Amino acid sequence: MVKMTDLNTIDRPNWCPGCGDFGILIALKGAIVELNIEPENVAIISGIGCSGKVPHWIRTYGLHGIHGRALPVASATKLSNHELTVFAIGGDGDGYGIGMCHFIHAMRRNIDMTYIVHNNMIYGLTTGQTSPTSEKGMRTKSTPSGVIEVPVNPIALAISSGATYVARSFAGDVKHLQKTIVDAVKHRGFSLIDVFQPCVSFNHVNTYDWYKQRVYDLSTVGHDPADKMKAFAKAQEWGDHIPIGVFYKVLSPTYEDELPQIKEMTLVKQAIDKIDIGGLMDDFV
Amino acid sequence: MEKNRLTWKIGGKAGEGIMATGIIFSQSSSRGGLHVYDINEYPSLIKGGHNTLQVRVENREIFSQVRGVNILIALNKETILLHRDEIVDGGGIICDIADAPDRKDIRDNVRLYPIPFNDIIKEIGAQSIMKNNVALGASIALVDYDFEVVTQVIKDTFKRKGTSIIDENTRAAKAGYDFIKKNFKDDFEFKLEKIGEKGRMLLTGNDALCMGAIKAGCKFYSAYPMTPASSILHFMAAQERRFNIVVKHTEDEIAAINMAIGAGFAGVRAMCGTSGGGFCLMTEGFGLAGMTEVPIVVILSMRPGPSTGMPTWSEQGDLKFAMSASQGDFPRPILIPGDNEECFYMTMEAFNIAEKYQTPVIVLSDKNLAESHKTTDKFDAVRISIDRGLYASPSELAASPDTTFFKRYKLTENGISPRTIPGTKKGIYSAASDEHDEEGNITELSDNRIKMMQKRARKMDALTKEIKQPELKGPADADVTVIFAGSTKGPVREAIFTLEKEGIKVNYLQILYLNPFPSEKVSNVIDSARKIVVAENNFTGQLCDIIRENTGKIIVHKILKYDGRPFYPEEIHAAIKEVVTHG
Repeated sequence: MVKMTDLNTIDRPNWCPGCGDFGILIALKGAIVELNIEPENVAIISGIGCSGKVPHWIRTYGLHGIHGRALPVASATKLSNHELTVFAIGGDGDGYGIGMCHFIHAMRRNIDMTYIVHNNMIYGLTTGQTSPTSEKGMRTKSTPSGVIEVPVNPIALAISSGATYVARSFAGDVKHLQKTIVDAVKHRGFSLIDVFQPCVSFNHVNTYDWYKQRVYDLSTVGHDPADKMKAFAKAQEWGDHIPIGVFYKVLSPTYEDELPQIKEMTLVKQAIDKIDIGGLMDDFV
Repeated sequence: MEKNRLTWKIGGKAGEGIMATGIIFSQSSSRGGLHVYDINEYPSLIKGGHNTLQVRVENREIFSQVRGVNILIALNKETILLHRDEIVDGGGIICDIADAPDRKDIRDNVRLYPIPFNDIIKEIGAQSIMKNNVALGASIALVDYDFEVVTQVIKDTFKRKGTSIIDENTRAAKAGYDFIKKNFKDDFEFKLEKIGEKGRMLLTGNDALCMGAIKAGCKFYSAYPMTPASSILHFMAAQERRFNIVVKHTEDEIAAINMAIGAGFAGVRAMCGTSGGGFCLMTEGFGLAGMTEVPIVVILSMRPGPSTGMPTWSEQGDLKFAMSASQGDFPRPILIPGDNEECFYMTMEAFNIAEKYQTPVIVLSDKNLAESHKTTDKFDAVRISIDRGLYASPSELAASPDTTFFKRYKLTENGISPRTIPGTKKGIYSAASDEHDEEGNITELSDNRIKMMQKRARKMDALTKEIKQPELKGPADADVTVIFAGSTKGPVREAIFTLEKEGIKVNYLQILYLNPFPSEKVSNVIDSARKIVVAENNFTGQLCDIIRENTGKIIVHKILKYDGRPFYPEEIHAAIKEVVTHG
C-alpha cells in the first residue's frame, strides 16, 4: 500500500505560509494514496508559477516545464505511456492566460489525464499582477485603475470545449478537493479541476473567508452532472453563492482509445531495434 | 541527336496538376534506370499563380538542376512568355493550339508543338483537367521513350483512386502520344531511352529524412503544417499505423515541441518539424529540452525569411538562428545534411546523438532539399545501429534511497548522467526548467550552477570527439577549395564536374555539423588551400561567420545567393572561374 510518507521529499515547499497551494499538495498526495497508485507510475507535469513547483515536493515522476505548456508535455507523456497516471498542474495565468490555446485543444482531445488549476485570480510569483480570472475592476500592479476585461469562465469554457469531466474545488476544503481528485482520476478522459486557491500575499479580495462565505457543493442541491445545459447554467453562477463540485461528467472515447498504434502495448514498450523499412523503400521505386 | 541528357519542364497554374504530371515524368525516367533530379517552383496559393516543375534526366548520377530546357510543356500562355528564353537550340514547346505563340515571338531554332487539347479530350471523353496528361504523352512521344513504363507509373500513382481514374489518365497520355507520332516528323533531337530497371527510389529529402526517422524508431512526431516541412507531417501520418507511430498535428509549434519533449521524457524517440517561423515559436521549448536533458530531434527546414518571407522558396538563412536558438548556453548539436543519403543516415544519427547525449538535436534542411526529387539507391538500413544511450542500471537504481529523488542529473566525467523514465521503480525524479541539483531539485546556489553548466557543456566536448571530421574531397593540389553546407552540395558538385573538364582543379569540404563545428579540420583546410570559396544561400554569409567564429579565419571569396532560388551550377562555376582567374 502506498503511504503518505512515500510521497514526501527532502525539500519542503517554499510557498508563503498559509498559501492555498499547501491544501492542493496535501489533497493530491492524499488522492494518490487513496487510489493506491505506485509513485513511479505517476507523472506530474507543471508549468510556471507557484503551482509549477508541485512536482518538486511530491515524490513521483515530474517535469516542471515552461510557462503555459504543461498540457502538451503531459498529453504526449500520456500518449507515450498510457499506463501512467498523468497530472497536469498549472495556475490561472499559466493555463487560462499564456496556455489558453493548449487548454482548449487538450480538452477537445479527451486524453485520459487530470488537469488541476491553482486558480488564485492573481499573478503571485511575479508579485501581483492581474490574471485572466481576476474580477473586472480589480486593482493590481499591472491594472492600477482596475481590470477592464471580464474574467475568463474556465468552467463554461471547459464544458463547451469537450472536457468530459469538469469540476471546481477549494483549497480551503482539502477533503472536498481530495475526493474530487480521486473522482477525476477514476474518470476515463480529460478532467479539469479548477481549484479556488487563496493567494495570501497578493489577492486581498478573494481570501479564504471570501470563498468560505460563498461556496456550496453542487451535490447538495441535486445537480445532475450528466445534464450539459444545466452544467452551463451552474457555470454562470457567481456572486454570493458559488458552486463547487462536479459540474459536468460524460463518458466518451478517449484519444488513446482511437489509436490502434497503442492498442497492443504502450509506445514506450515497443521495440525499435528491428524496424523493417524494406517495403517502405520499395514503395518509392 | 542527343540521348539520355535533357531537361523537361512543365508550367501552368496551380491546380492544373503540374506537380503530379511532372512526378509521373520523373518516376517514369527513374524506372527506366535513368538518373533524375527535379525541382519545383510555386507560389503560396492553392489555385492559379504560376507553377513549374523542372526535371533533369541523365545517364549518370546528377545532383542538381542545370540551366537550359529541352522540352517546355506550357499549359498556359504565361509559361511560354516566362520560360521561352530558357529553351536550348533544338528544344521544343508543347502547348495548346489556342495558346500557340506567333512564330516570330519564338527563336527560329526552337520547335513548336501545338496540340488541340480540348478536341483530344472531347474525343476520348475525358475531363478537361486531363490536358496535362495529353501533354505528358506528347512529350514522351517526342523523346521517343517507352510508353509502357509511363502506363505502369500512372497505374501505380493512381492505384488508390480506382481503375476508371487510371484508365482516364492513361487514355489522355496515350492520345497525346499518338497525336505527336501521327502529326509530326520524328526529328526531335533529344531522346530518352530506358536502360533497364535498377530498382532505385525517387525521393525528396523529406522522404529520405522520414525513412531515417522511422528506421531510427521515431515513435512520436508532432508538427504544425508549414512549408517546406509539411510533407514530413504528411509522410509520417501516412505511415503511422504501418509503423506504430503517434503523429500529432498540434494547435501550434509551441505545442509541437512541448509534446515531443513529453514523449522524450516518457522514453520514446520523438521528433518535431517546422520551418523558421515555427521554429521561432519552438525556441523556448528547445531550451526546456536542453535544460531538462530530454532527447528530441527537431527538423528545421529553411525557407526565406524574415517573417513570412517567401513561403515556398528556398534559403539557408537560419544557420545562425539555429546556432543560438533559445536563451542561455547549452549543447545544441546541429546536423546539416546535403543530399538524400545524408538526410536518411544523419536523421538516424540525430536520434542517437539526442539519446546518447540527452539533448535536443537540430537537423537543418531547406526547401530545395526538402522538396526536390532525386534518384536514390536504396539505403543500407543496417549501417547505423541504434544507440539508446545511458540508462540507470539495476544496481544504480537499487542503490537509490527511497526518501529522495534519483540522481537523474548526476555529475559525471563526460556530463552524461544515467537516465530513468516514468514507470521505473526507484528511478523517480522531477525534471526542472529551473537550474537544479543532481536530483532535479531547484537550486540557485553559485557552486551548483557552475557545476551544472559545466556538466551540460561536457556533453558537447564528448560529442565533439565522437563526430567524424569532414573529408576534403577531390584533388589534393586543387586550384580552389569550395566550402559549403547543406543542399548547396548538389550545384557545387555539378559545377566541379564542369570545371574539371575545363582543366580547373577543385576540391571541396562539406560541413555536416554546424555544432560541434569541425574547427580544426576547417582551419587546416583553409591554411593549406590555394584559394577558398564559400558558397551559401543567404545574404550575410552566415556559414562564413560561423567559420570565422570557430577558426578565426576570414573568408574573402563568398558566393552568396538570396533570391529564394537555389544555386544553379552555372552560377557557382562562373564564380569559381572568376576567383581562379582574377581572385
